[in-house]
Amino acid sequence: MAVEQPMPTAPGDQTRIHNIGYRNYDGPRLGRSYATRSLYSQSLRGAYGLGRSIKSKVLPMLLFVVMCVPAAIMVAVAVATKAKDLPVDYTRYAIIMQAVISLYVASQAPQSVSRDLRFKTVPLYFSRPIETADYVRAKFAALASALFILTAAPLIVLYVGALLAKLDFADQTKGFGQGLVSVALLSLLFAGIGLVIASVTPRRGFGIAAVIAVLTISYGAVSTLQAIADAQGSSSAVPWIGLFSPVTLIDGVQSAFLGASSAFPGAVGPTHAEGVVYVLVVLGLIAAAYGLLLRRYKKVGL
Amino acid sequence: MVHVTIVEPVTVIATESLSKRFPRVTALDRLSVDVGPGVTGLVGANGAGKSTLIKILLGLSPASEGRAEVLGLDVATKGAAIRERVGYMPEHDCLPPDVSATEFVVHMARMSGLPPTAARERTADTLRHVGLYEERYRPIGGYSTGMKQRVKLAQALVHDPQLVFLDEPTNGLDPVGRDEMLGLIRRIHTDFGISVLVTSHLLGELERTCDHVVIIDGGKLLRSSSTTDFTQTTTTIAVEVTDTDEHPDGTRAMREALHARGVSVEAGSGLPGAGHILLLTAQGEETYDLVRDLVADLGLGLVRMEQRRHHISEVFTSEDEQRKEAAVHGG
Repeated sequence: MAVEQPMPTAPGDQTRIHNIGYRNYDGPRLGRSYATRSLYSQSLRGAYGLGRSIKSKVLPMLLFVVMCVPAAIMVAVAVATKAKDLPVDYTRYAIIMQAVISLYVASQAPQSVSRDLRFKTVPLYFSRPIETADYVRAKFAALASALFILTAAPLIVLYVGALLAKLDFADQTKGFGQGLVSVALLSLLFAGIGLVIASVTPRRGFGIAAVIAVLTISYGAVSTLQAIADAQGSSSAVPWIGLFSPVTLIDGVQSAFLGASSAFPGAVGPTHAEGVVYVLVVLGLIAAAYGLLLRRYKKVGL
Repeated sequence: MVHVTIVEPVTVIATESLSKRFPRVTALDRLSVDVGPGVTGLVGANGAGKSTLIKILLGLSPASEGRAEVLGLDVATKGAAIRERVGYMPEHDCLPPDVSATEFVVHMARMSGLPPTAARERTADTLRHVGLYEERYRPIGGYSTGMKQRVKLAQALVHDPQLVFLDEPTNGLDPVGRDEMLGLIRRIHTDFGISVLVTSHLLGELERTCDHVVIIDGGKLLRSSSTTDFTQTTTTIAVEVTDTDEHPDGTRAMREALHARGVSVEAGSGLPGAGHILLLTAQGEETYDLVRDLVADLGLGLVRMEQRRHHISEVFTSEDEQRKEAAVHGG
């Protein structure tokens, strides 16, 4: 076996490390679906200010905390007083906290889409493999997921708390599941409405104001009308009026099918037949929002 | 063992009677042009159809008529595949001010399909190649126009495309920034091996940068030829000679001698040292020999004999005038 001679290092060899010439890229190109997923995760992170300036983290994080604190307090009270049930149903929680949710949609929907329009970044996306539909889907899914995190987190707090307080396991799990379905629907609906409004204006301020107006004013108007209808004894009109605001829509769906007690005046929710209409309207609105977004971005193009 | 030889395509862009009609305007009118590898300038006035052409070539806007291929791929059916291999730098501002150049370019690299690690590496490389160093970690909002243009260029190059479309990359830059950008565009081809289609409404700057120039006007092809064609077919020679005792006005003696040999001469008016410079149109190699012989016969000293390259703008103007004349006479 030959003794290995140490190779003399050529003086020029070290300079190779510093070679900063152009290198071609031969690695994988993962294409459309990967790009869509990247856009989704970037937008989802962005909805909580991650990967953005500290200033843009403040509001979403604050709203997240505001959403969870009441749940934590309720759990603490339930555990301390050894209550037989949680003070609030899983399905009811999001309805109570709707102002916080609306504020979150109003602040983050424009963040997600208005920025790309305002700074004309959209053409850079569409000069890449992704298509209009991929962009819309990624943005829609990202905001809906962000909303689901916001609305499902307090439910998890409640559920864990309920189990710690040794409440009835089967009962709590059923309620928790119903709550999750309800907030999933709510997340899709609110995300759709928020994005459609925000995608029309490149100005963030307008977007925020418009989303708040649509979500809260419609709720205010609808519940006022419902109260009047109820007071005048025409309670059969109450469920039909409820079709006209996003919050009451979700309320109607869950009181018809998800065992929730209705927040409608007189606590009379829609019947099963009426509930079917509610479900159809919710699904229709989500589909319409998606369709409108597609149309909007077909136009924006380059 | 199988050796795969990658042959560079002879044409990177080919269009065949490509038309694009909008309800009120015809943006492209039966445009047929072939573009080979290298740096190609796409020249035309604002509204000549440059941006429309780029949109069609990226597969984002269907043509009304005709067909086009980019890197051998049909724009009508292979849009996504084209966009994976092509980079695009828009004319307008397209950068969000509140993120750093690094974050932004990494995101754009992932949008082009690069895996996360590769996206980071390529971003660092590309930003260095376009000349952004420490500032790449700062928010883009604080950048100068020149730096923003570099970020825009970097996002078009980060996925190592085979071809880039640069839409008016020198817009808004000062003369120094313009020169640097043009140098960078030249390097994209020579050093990076990426073909370039660069649009401009300024012809002068393309002359130095491009191998080939395509001129469109009103959506129609006006001319497509190599930059050397533009400038060589019409070479003018500038000649300056000394005066001697025998010929107190050497310039005049030279002009007469040339006239006698049937070479048309004009004084280089409007140029420095105007009265002493003779401009003659080169017919070929023999013109140079003729000048040499005449100078020797007259016993003059030859101060200079140099090529005066015509500018593309002159060609463009004369073509344009010819076209207008033809229109007048034809109509």
